Amino acid sequence: MNSVFSNKTAIAIFVLPTLLIFCAIVLIPIVVSSYYSVLDWNGIGKGTFIGLDNFTEMFTDSRALNAIKNSLLFAGASIFIQLPFSLLLALILASTVKGEGFYRTVYFIPVLISTVVIAQLWSKIYNADYGLLNTLLVNMGLSNLAQDWLGQKQTALIASFIPILWQYVGYHMLLMYAGAKSISQDIFEAAKIDGASRIRTALSITIPLMKPILKVCLVFSVIGAFKVFDLIYVLTGGGPFFTTEVPSTLMYTTIFDTYRYGYGSAISVFIILECLVFTLLINKLIKTD
Amino acid sequence: MSATTAVLPKKPKLLGKILLHVFLILVAVTQIYPLIWLAFFSLKDNSEIFSGDVLGLPKSFLWSNYTKALSDGNVMIYFFNSVLVTAVSIILVLILASMTGYAITRMNWKFSNAAMTLILLGMMVPIHAALLPLFMVLKNLGLLNNYWSLIIPYVAFGLPLAVFILGSFFKGIPREMEESAVIDGCGIYRTFFSIILPLVRPAIATVAIFTFLSCWNELMFAVTFINDTAYQTLTVGMMSMVGTYITQWGIIGAGLMITTIPTIIIYLLLNKQVQKSMIAGAVKG
Repeated sequence: MNSVFSNKTAIAIFVLPTLLIFCAIVLIPIVVSSYYSVLDWNGIGKGTFIGLDNFTEMFTDSRALNAIKNSLLFAGASIFIQLPFSLLLALILASTVKGEGFYRTVYFIPVLISTVVIAQLWSKIYNADYGLLNTLLVNMGLSNLAQDWLGQKQTALIASFIPILWQYVGYHMLLMYAGAKSISQDIFEAAKIDGASRIRTALSITIPLMKPILKVCLVFSVIGAFKVFDLIYVLTGGGPFFTTEVPSTLMYTTIFDTYRYGYGSAISVFIILECLVFTLLINKLIKTD
Repeated sequence: MSATTAVLPKKPKLLGKILLHVFLILVAVTQIYPLIWLAFFSLKDNSEIFSGDVLGLPKSFLWSNYTKALSDGNVMIYFFNSVLVTAVSIILVLILASMTGYAITRMNWKFSNAAMTLILLGMMVPIHAALLPLFMVLKNLGLLNNYWSLIIPYVAFGLPLAVFILGSFFKGIPREMEESAVIDGCGIYRTFFSIILPLVRPAIATVAIFTFLSCWNELMFAVTFINDTAYQTLTVGMMSMVGTYITQWGIIGAGLMITTIPTIIIYLLLNKQVQKSMIAGAVKG
């Protein structure tokens, strides 16, 4: 029996292809990126070793700092706007509302759609002349509010946050809903017998018991904010005047438009570290058993 | 998911109930109306879109936007490429991840835990990290503008979560299933492929759905590794199409709809399974 399950050839056939592909495509490139990040290199010939100069530049260059600031703002918007709203929806839907399945299905649809489509769609919504948003404003008699949402500095950043917040509300709602539904019914029975109100029950029982899933949502939304690329790249390309730039779009233009491979790699290493540090931080701050 | 018992204590108040539903319906409208609006303008011509009536139903359904997008806009090619790349990636992820997940969780060898830890590390890695090194390798090997330049990275980045999900399903299978198979004379390959694999169908569905969504919607690799129209997938194709038809919203809308429809169909057919998969992916990952 044991000989069957410790068959060395079978294990090698089952495991080696995966490990090879995984190491070659996922692990080794990280090491290579880290190596690139200490070079001054335009992709042709050999680069020159310049130590941590690329990183020093990133933390002194106003364009890079602005991109980092934007990603932090964006993480903040996810935590303080998107997650509470998702939680509210999840709690409502988890408390036996008629048509709960229908609402859940509808709220979740944007999550599945390609971000490229979402970005194109929202660029049409924001279009200054014929867009959905300005048309609605004009029809409501608020034509003085109609403006070029993505074209001007004051509104571009907020306007580019909204589609991402909008797209992933359904995702966090679904995770939190599953978390709320997995709580044992006996606890709610007891709360009911003790005469606790709906809101009281939600605040002192449901939400504390949902801590593990809330932590997952928190990690996902923060990491998601740091990694965001598709939407900004398609919607604004980082413009106007770099106002909506985020680290990943800055990395992309640095590498593929200005051919500064070393500096671009430093930004990519920064993104990995940023994700890692915040994941560990959230796990440290919120303890779940 | 289908539990009908109350999480919050029930207190039937009619007005409160009505307000609650008004709120839920408003949210539903904000989540779905932009997509309905897209479906509407994909069937309109410019004069109708730009005459100020962008909101309502199309006066007549202009299906020619779709035929134009498919032929002149190359969407047919992009669609075919996306289907090919996505399908091959799903099949490879399933084959590789199920074998590896099985060997790690059910077979006896020294480094099984180490292998799992290594693969799980991969779930933390954003694809940004691999972009430039992979680009350099593909460029030097002359593999840019090739289906494999997308399929291999998609498979590699899809593997960690897939191994994890499949592995956790394999763990739940009783040992007796394998033992009786071996006693009946099955070798390891036969035991795995004809006895064990059919038992984890839900996990296979979960992994397939996940891989579908990430490959079908991926942009960063696709835009970097492919610039030849013949190999572009829908996400990149949409970007060049928007450049070509900049003022023809109807045709762009049709292209966006064609990109979205397969996902919506899969969702409507399998919506419970899709929701379960997304939860499994998050909670287990």
